[in-house]
Amino acid sequence: MEGFPILTAIILTPFVGALVTMVLPRRRPEYVRVVGFVATAATLGFAGALLYSFHTHSGGYQFVENTSWMGTLGVRYHLGVDGISLFMVVLTALLFPLGLLGAGDIEERLKAFTVWMLVLESALLGVFLALDLVLFFVFFEIVLVPMYFIIGQWGHGRRVYAATKFFLYTMTGSAFLLVGLLSVAFLHQASTGRLTFDLPTLMQWTSAPGNLSSVTSKALFLAFFAAFAVKVPLFPLHTWLPDAHTEAPTAGSVILAGVLLKMGTYGFLRFSLQLFPRAAVSLAPLLLVLATIGIVYGAIVAAMQPDLKRIIAYSSVAHLGFVVLGIFALTTQGIEGGVFTMISHGLTTGALFLLVGMLSDRRHTREVAAFGGLWKSIPVLSGLFLLATFASIGLPGLSGFVGEFLALIGTFIVHRPYAIVSAVGVILAAVYLLWAFQRVFTGVPDGENATLRDISVRELSTVVPLLALSLFLGIYPKPVIDRVQPSVQALICHVERTTNYRQPAVAVGGGAVAAKRTDPCAGVSK
Amino acid sequence: MNSRDLLDLAWIIPLLPLAGAVVLLFFGKRIGEPRAGWIGTTMIGLSFVWTVVTFAALRDVEPRSHVRTIFSWFAAGGFQVKMGFLVDPLSVTMLLFVTGVGTLITLYSIGYMHGDERYSRFFAYMNLFAASMIILVLGSSFLVTFLGWEGVGLCSYLLISFWFERNSAAVAGKKAFVTNRVGDFGFMIAMFLIFAHLGSLDYGVTLTKASTLSNGTATAIALLLFLGAVGKSAQLPLHIWLPDAMEGPTPVSAMLHAATMVTAGVYLVVRAHPFFQHSGSAGEWVGWVGAITALFAATVAMVNNDIKRVLAYSTISQLGYMFLAAGVGAYSAAIFHMVTHAFFKALLFLGAGSVMHGLHDEQDMRRMGNLRRYMPITALTFIFGWLAIAGIIPFAGFWSKDEILASAWFDHSYGLWAVGAVTAVLTAFYMTRQVWLVFFGNERWHPLGEQIPGTPDVDTVPAQQPGSGDEPVNVLAHADEPVSAKVAEVHDQPHESPPIMTIPLVVLAIFSLVGGGLDLPFRKLEVLNHWLDPVFVGGHAPEPTSFTAGFALSTVALVLAITGILVGVAFYKRGLPSFDAEPLRARLGPLYPVFAHAWYIDEGIAAAVGGPVRRAAEWLAHTFDGRIIDGAVNGLGLLFRDGGQGLRRVQSGLVRTYAVFIALGAAGLLLFVMLRAA
Repeated sequence: MEGFPILTAIILTPFVGALVTMVLPRRRPEYVRVVGFVATAATLGFAGALLYSFHTHSGGYQFVENTSWMGTLGVRYHLGVDGISLFMVVLTALLFPLGLLGAGDIEERLKAFTVWMLVLESALLGVFLALDLVLFFVFFEIVLVPMYFIIGQWGHGRRVYAATKFFLYTMTGSAFLLVGLLSVAFLHQASTGRLTFDLPTLMQWTSAPGNLSSVTSKALFLAFFAAFAVKVPLFPLHTWLPDAHTEAPTAGSVILAGVLLKMGTYGFLRFSLQLFPRAAVSLAPLLLVLATIGIVYGAIVAAMQPDLKRIIAYSSVAHLGFVVLGIFALTTQGIEGGVFTMISHGLTTGALFLLVGMLSDRRHTREVAAFGGLWKSIPVLSGLFLLATFASIGLPGLSGFVGEFLALIGTFIVHRPYAIVSAVGVILAAVYLLWAFQRVFTGVPDGENATLRDISVRELSTVVPLLALSLFLGIYPKPVIDRVQPSVQALICHVERTTNYRQPAVAVGGGAVAAKRTDPCAGVSK
Repeated sequence: MNSRDLLDLAWIIPLLPLAGAVVLLFFGKRIGEPRAGWIGTTMIGLSFVWTVVTFAALRDVEPRSHVRTIFSWFAAGGFQVKMGFLVDPLSVTMLLFVTGVGTLITLYSIGYMHGDERYSRFFAYMNLFAASMIILVLGSSFLVTFLGWEGVGLCSYLLISFWFERNSAAVAGKKAFVTNRVGDFGFMIAMFLIFAHLGSLDYGVTLTKASTLSNGTATAIALLLFLGAVGKSAQLPLHIWLPDAMEGPTPVSAMLHAATMVTAGVYLVVRAHPFFQHSGSAGEWVGWVGAITALFAATVAMVNNDIKRVLAYSTISQLGYMFLAAGVGAYSAAIFHMVTHAFFKALLFLGAGSVMHGLHDEQDMRRMGNLRRYMPITALTFIFGWLAIAGIIPFAGFWSKDEILASAWFDHSYGLWAVGAVTAVLTAFYMTRQVWLVFFGNERWHPLGEQIPGTPDVDTVPAQQPGSGDEPVNVLAHADEPVSAKVAEVHDQPHESPPIMTIPLVVLAIFSLVGGGLDLPFRKLEVLNHWLDPVFVGGHAPEPTSFTAGFALSTVALVLAITGILVGVAFYKRGLPSFDAEPLRARLGPLYPVFAHAWYIDEGIAAAVGGPVRRAAEWLAHTFDGRIIDGAVNGLGLLFRDGGQGLRRVQSGLVRTYAVFIALGAAGLLLFVMLRAA
């Protein structure tokens, strides 16, 4: 694999698929499906190869590609992958083929839909691999376009409203991001005379003492925050999400929840924490408060929703709250829990949306009140739904628990009140999800509910991989944690070196247990 | 192969039922009835056999504790948790009755579940239930115990709502899980605290280091763990799920009340006893919550008419005794009572199931009576259970209850002793009432199939579940439930159950008689006490001051039990003259409705959750989120649009327009930042 630009290959494969799809005859939807599936499956293959050849115990960027792009502007084509982005790439590559396979509801203009999906995948993969601020921003913005059309054209009901809302909301956030990243680059230029958007270079500069005043640093942090917080979404910027989710077609919802939201939390990890560690430490309480509100508030509001997709959408607000909580706890367990929850949420919520899509395909409604007794009429689908539900609730033995527990314990050792309030979310998750399950699946099925057909082999092949992975990672999360840990450790060391923040000894296995603290940052150079 | 090698194989104990569950879940339909039932029973039976092997091996090793690590579960920085199993006298004692009683209950289910459309799935869940409980007990750290703890919660959900076609069953399953989650919240925070202070969740590390904690921290940890225990073991005020858990098939109730689930809370407190001991004050809380729960549940059981609900409240009450014991530091007494209770409560529930099986799933004791003539084995074994729970010498319950009361006395906790003593009278009374209403007195079930005229009045309807407002549970509604569909053959008279159901009854009846032999209050006969000793090193269980004092207390306990029985017989000697003629109604006066409504606790919580809490959530979801937050956003959008229209004619609502505005705004902001920076 030496010398092969695997990251470029990963980004380009779906795009090439999109180009091929464009020239296919519109009359032959089966070709379109095959090309779409092959392109995404090939991408998954590359992602698998990446996972396989990734060096587990290294915290730095791997498979780096770095060439000049727009020379005079200092923009570079700089890609790299570390333990944090690795699993975002794999998750993206996994969800797209499953999403396309599950998009049985798309018949109208399938070709255009497939093209947009493939473009979306390329852009998302670019987001997670870019190490140049402009490159990142370009991918970050491109994502909006296909998603806008996917919701607006293939969605349900009030799709135009939802798509517009989604677009404007995220566009507004992006504007701040653009200002922020240009400012960083120009400030760096003013100080060093060199214009660059290279993340590692800027990171070194911004974290060196005296280069950024405290106020500027906080202002820039908030500019980045605006873009990422909308994406997550953090309370109170979340109201685009339920609308977008509800109106999007199944594949759109899967990608939206599974991958798109993680652009925000990934942004926090990759940019906010790396570029502005001092501001991150001093503004962390703000993030923790918003995350905690999101966890409890998202759960309560989810319970009262009349539409299955809205319930899951609000549950995402709560789950992503755990991610942000863990990240800004700034402890090893917290951040690892956050990253793990990002992965787990992609699996479980992806599965839930696929399953709701199947119900919606059968009944042409997602109203909770329209269902009842499905456990009797379609036991296999219902059983899988129950499994996904418990994975989402965070039952130990399934992946949701691992991430949430780590995020909570990582928060508890530094900020007890936030962790305690957030743990209430664990009770509430059981309330809203089991209540929904009860209303939809228990009782005696009547009318149309009694005569539905159970899950098909195609449908089975979309959800089973996700749920199997959720089960596997719930029992054996080590493969993920081992790869994430070095990068998380490097990130925390970066924060600790630039600020006087120190995570408690217990987080690294010192303190009360070991006689003397082993400093994990001692060995990390630069 | 030496003993330690055998102990290394302890993972086989949970693996067998787990494998059974997986096989039955995937291939159960194809395996069919009754083979699925036999597979389920065999798996847990083999698990019991292996537990016995492990028990034998443990007797040969010194010290009596062995940890086997399977793999690393969590390894995040300083947070390291191994998936490992701890074999010691406590876990093995628990396992022996979990798998032993579990096997008998599963065997009984082969007959009881006959003809059910989800026959094989039932055994899959039962096996998973057993496997979870085994993991809970065998876990070598708080987190592994928590894995089993939640697994037990999942299985209780699946089994209580097994007949999910019935709304009340679906609601009851959810209620059990959610109520348990409230307790789990405490368990989780306790684990956070333990990790924050001790840097580990392993029993091996944390239990020995508990004494290094400050008093306040130890108390906080102990009380939070106890909150978890209160949820799982159905103590006040989180007991509300257990009476509703009756919605599951009767073997599930037996499993829940005897072998698995509710004993988990007691186990957790006993396992984590160093925290309680070091805290000092936490023990008092445990003791009093247990004592008050014991008394509370006994008063409710006195007036309930549902054969299973009486037993459910009796379980809550008996668990209260166990916590009372744990509260005064008599951990081995708590475990002793847990074991004897497992025998007689499984027996009583399976007996109740047998009665229902022979009586068209009738659950209302007012429509029973004189059944000993028709189901003699069930009646005789039930009587064994009754004498055991009432505390009559030499039945098992006498010895274990006596040990608890004596411990309270010698701990100088006379208040706890008094509450326990009063509860003992009530226990003997309500169980006598049940035995007489069911097996003696007049026959009130004739003619079968027809309803006795006159509906029960409001006072006697059992407490409702919250959220099930659309379908109130009426005891009379049970006649046309899916359960009864399986009893195709309609008998004119009640009938005895098949041997596959009565054999487990007989075995359990024998254990209910001789189970007390595990721990007799005589020197050298305190077998269980000595066996558990290594687990409670540093403990200070209250010891009798003299043999005479202990003997006197036992006599008092026996007199109390006999009193309760005599009063019960006096009241119900002839059964009930008519459906509504409950003699207690007049005697208890204003207390009667309080008891009949379970002190209004469940109803109060249901009213609060269904009323103000729900309205607040509705407001948050619809008004606050929908109107205020989203409204503000949309308002902002409108503002931009109208502003744009004011400036020049544009096609409003076009994304392009907004994008232009945003770009302009961004440019302005950028300019501002640059100027400031320069």
